[in-house]
This record gives sequence, structure tokens and C-alpha cells, in this order.
Amino acid sequence: MRQLLRIASWLYAVLVYGFIFLPVIVLVLFSLQATSFPIPPFTGPSLRWYDAVLSDTRLTSALVNSLLVASISSLAAVTLGFLCAWGLARFVLPGSGLLRGLITLPLTVSYLIIGMGLLVLFNWAGVPKSLLAAGIGHVVINLPLCFAIIYSQMGDHQINIERAARDLGAPEWKVLLLITVPVMAPAIFAGFFLSMTFSWDEFVISFLLTRFDTTLPVEIWNLLRSGLNPKTNAVGSLVFAVSIVLVVLFELTLLRRRKA
Amino acid sequence: MSSSANNGRALPRAGRALPWALVTPALGWTLLFFVLPFIAMGLSSLTAHEGGGFTLSNYSQFFTNPSYWQAMVNSLQVTAIVTVISVLLAYPFAWILAEQVPERWQRLALMLAVLPFWTSYVVRSYSWLLVLAQNGVVNRALTGSGLFAEPLQLANTRFATVTGFVHFFVMLLTLTIFANLKQLSPSYRKAAADLGAGPVRTFLHVVLPLTLPGIMVGAFLTFVLCIGDYITPQILGGNNELLMPQLVMMQIGRRGDFPLASALSIILMAVVTIAYLACARWLKIERT
Repeated sequence: MRQLLRIASWLYAVLVYGFIFLPVIVLVLFSLQATSFPIPPFTGPSLRWYDAVLSDTRLTSALVNSLLVASISSLAAVTLGFLCAWGLARFVLPGSGLLRGLITLPLTVSYLIIGMGLLVLFNWAGVPKSLLAAGIGHVVINLPLCFAIIYSQMGDHQINIERAARDLGAPEWKVLLLITVPVMAPAIFAGFFLSMTFSWDEFVISFLLTRFDTTLPVEIWNLLRSGLNPKTNAVGSLVFAVSIVLVVLFELTLLRRRKA
Repeated sequence: MSSSANNGRALPRAGRALPWALVTPALGWTLLFFVLPFIAMGLSSLTAHEGGGFTLSNYSQFFTNPSYWQAMVNSLQVTAIVTVISVLLAYPFAWILAEQVPERWQRLALMLAVLPFWTSYVVRSYSWLLVLAQNGVVNRALTGSGLFAEPLQLANTRFATVTGFVHFFVMLLTLTIFANLKQLSPSYRKAAADLGAGPVRTFLHVVLPLTLPGIMVGAFLTFVLCIGDYITPQILGGNNELLMPQLVMMQIGRRGDFPLASALSIILMAVVTIAYLACARWLKIERT
């Protein structure tokens, strides 16, 4: 009985892993295709489509745009989220429950609707479509996330360390910079990292709010109009590689912290 | 402990200005770029596309135009199918990872299981298009093995949309259910075994009921993310049948009809809110 369960478990796990990895394997394999269709039979390996991606200035500038929007909007989201979490966790404010609810409310609304709202507002206010507009949208979706992560990590022992610093005569800004930020570093880092990956991957808000200069997911979307194309496979594999590097770095940093 | 926390919050030297200075930037951002756009969308949904006067026709169109109504029905059907299949696939998988895989390998096994979760959403849908295309890998395998003489129409169907969605949500649900199973104290299982329950009874009467709240939260998350997603149905489902997000985007893209797009967005949000209120009883996230 136990043996049978083990075999069935293995079989099931292998099938689900297969399902999860099938599209990724097909994507990467046919990015190395030598001919112009990413369908069987496999004719590679060849790096010609990676060459094509790297010499395509639209794609490379979209990549730079994506990195810029992701890092700046994440920095803004984590800063605003941290200050707000600190304020709400440390001080008694009237209606703080309501404030918490309001700040985290965007988490429950789909990106499409957040993007639509901003599009209508910017359209009325005469704000042109731009990377800045998309970046504003990315802060809207990532701010509640950063707030929630950092707020949930502000516990009692951190309050005691801060109080000790104040009792020893440190002014508020010193407490903030020298005590709270270092103590909260793991949560701040986690918030920043998650914001980076969400912004890096975000499509619909950028699609609605940018026009000529745009981000990588939108540029990949534009590539899809030409149908199945090994070039799309190549750029997709590169995006996948960047995400994997980010995730592995994140895991390693967390593990090191945990061991320390 | 909680009383000491409250004492810590009363700050002797800072006035009332400091806490508000900390909260205001985030609050201002949320009001300006989340609440205000929402009000703008609400107002827009009540104006006529041509002329700009007050009208309810953007809402009444939804109820009178059968193709709009059908998009909502399609969305609800696809979302329900995706949620059920994803939970049924992910639960045993998460259970195997949490109970059958040796402890030291679990972290690696879980990380591998959700690795494609971190890839670009657009790229993931495109990858499924490759797999399911007319002359793609699956069809080659089916016709090559002689099972089917003709390639099947897999891409640009509801089947493709559901497959793409299930792929994403199996990973998401595996993460949440795995975390849930690991939080269960082993003493519950020990107690059940001591009282004479076999593995099957222990699972059905102890493990499953205790993880049910976590499953509900995961299923609700799946519902919310699935019903609002534009990318997967647009890439994999094509335009054969429209889901709500596709209908919304069509109004902006083709006709620049912001008022109708706003009204449809608000209706979509209302449906999610109703679903939330209907399930709120089961969605109590317990604070530990």
C-alpha cells in the first residue's frame, strides 16, 4: 500500500513537472532554431535569432526602458510603503485601520482596471502617454505590496530597539536611518525585489499608458503580431534568464541572512 | 507583550506632525492615482461617447446587447473551470512536495515547481501557443504517433485559454497550499494515528479540513486574477469567443469609446466584489 502510494506520487509529480516545464523547454529549444519557424523538426542549434534580438534597437531600448521603469518605480514604491508602514506601526493615528485598508485596497483590483482608470484620468487631464505615466501606474500596484510586507514585519522587539535609541538621545531622523532601516532591511529588500519583478513583467498598464517609447513586455506583444517567430523565442528566453537570475539572487540573499 | 507595544507607540518628543508626514506621501499617491482615477472612470461611464451628456446607456447596453452579456458568461465559465482544475491538480502536487519529498530537497523541489511562474506573463502565453499550434509539438506528436490523421485545432480555442491559465495557477496554488500543509502541526496527525485512524482517514478528516481555509483563499485569488486577465485569452483564445477584459480593451482600441470601456470595467469589478462578499465567510484569514 505504502509502496503503491510512493509510485503513484512519483508518477504524478513527474507529470505535473512535465506540464509546468513543457512550454519553457519548447520556448528555449526553438529559440535555437536555424530556420525561420519555431516548430518541429528542430533544425538548430544556432544563435542567429539571439543575434537578431540584440541588433534590434527597438527591443534593446525597450529592455533599457523596462529596467529604468522597474527600478525607479520600485524605489518609489518601497520608500512610500516603508514611511507609511513606519508611521502606522509606531504611532496611534485616528482611523488607522481605515488608512491601512485604503493603502492596501489596490491589491484587490485587477491591473486592467487600474490602468483603465489612469488612462481615463490622464486623458481628461491632458497628460500624454509616456513611460512616466506607466511608472506612476507601477507605483500604484507595488506600493500596497511594499507597505503590507514591511508593516507585517514591524514587531515589538524592533520598537524596543528604537525606544532605546530615543532614550539615549537620538533624534527621530537618526532613529529612522540608523536603527529602523537596518533592522527592517530584509523586509525592505523583499518589497523592492517583488516590486522589481512585478514591474519588469507588467504588461497591461504599460500597454495602455505608453505610446512610442515602451517597455519590453509591450514590445514583445508587438512582435506577436508577426505570428510564431524564433526571434520571439529568443527574446522570451532572455527575459526568462533575467528572471531566473533575479530569483536565484533573492533566494541566496535570503538564505545567507537566515544562516547569519 | 501587547501592552508594551502600545506604550512604545506613544512617542514623547514627536508632535502630531511627524506621523502624518510619514503617512501622507503614500496616502496622497493612493488618493491621486488610485481613488481619483476610479472616480474619473465612474463619471466617464455615465457620459455619452458622442456629445458627452449624462446617460445610463453604457450600462444598459451591457444588459441589452447579447454579445456583451455573453462575454461575461464566458468569463465566468472559464474562470470557474480554471479555478476547479487548478485546485484539483495543485493540491495532490503540493501534498506530494510537502509529505513525500525528503525534507532537505523540499526547498529545491518547490523552487523548481514554480520557476516558470517568474517568467514574463506574455512570454508564457506565447510559449503555449508554440506548444498547441497547428503544426506545434503536441500536434506533431499526435499525428506522428498515428493517433490522429489530422492535426487538432488546439490554439485559438477555449481549451488553449484554459490550459494557459491552469499552467499559471497550478504554480500559484502549489505555493499557497504547500505553505498551508507545512503550517499544520505534526501533532494533529500523530493524534489521529494514535486514535487508530489510517492514512486515508487522517487525510480526509484531519488534514483536508484544516487546509480548507487556505484552499479557499487560493481559489479566490485565482478567481480574481483570472477574471481580470487580458493577456492569456487574447493570445491563446484568439477572437473566437470574447472574455470581459478583451471586450473592455476592444472598446478602447477600435473605437476609443472610453465611457463604454469604463462602464464594462466597473461591471467587471462589481462582479468580483459580489463574489468576494459571497465568499467572505470562508475567506477569514486567521492571524497567527
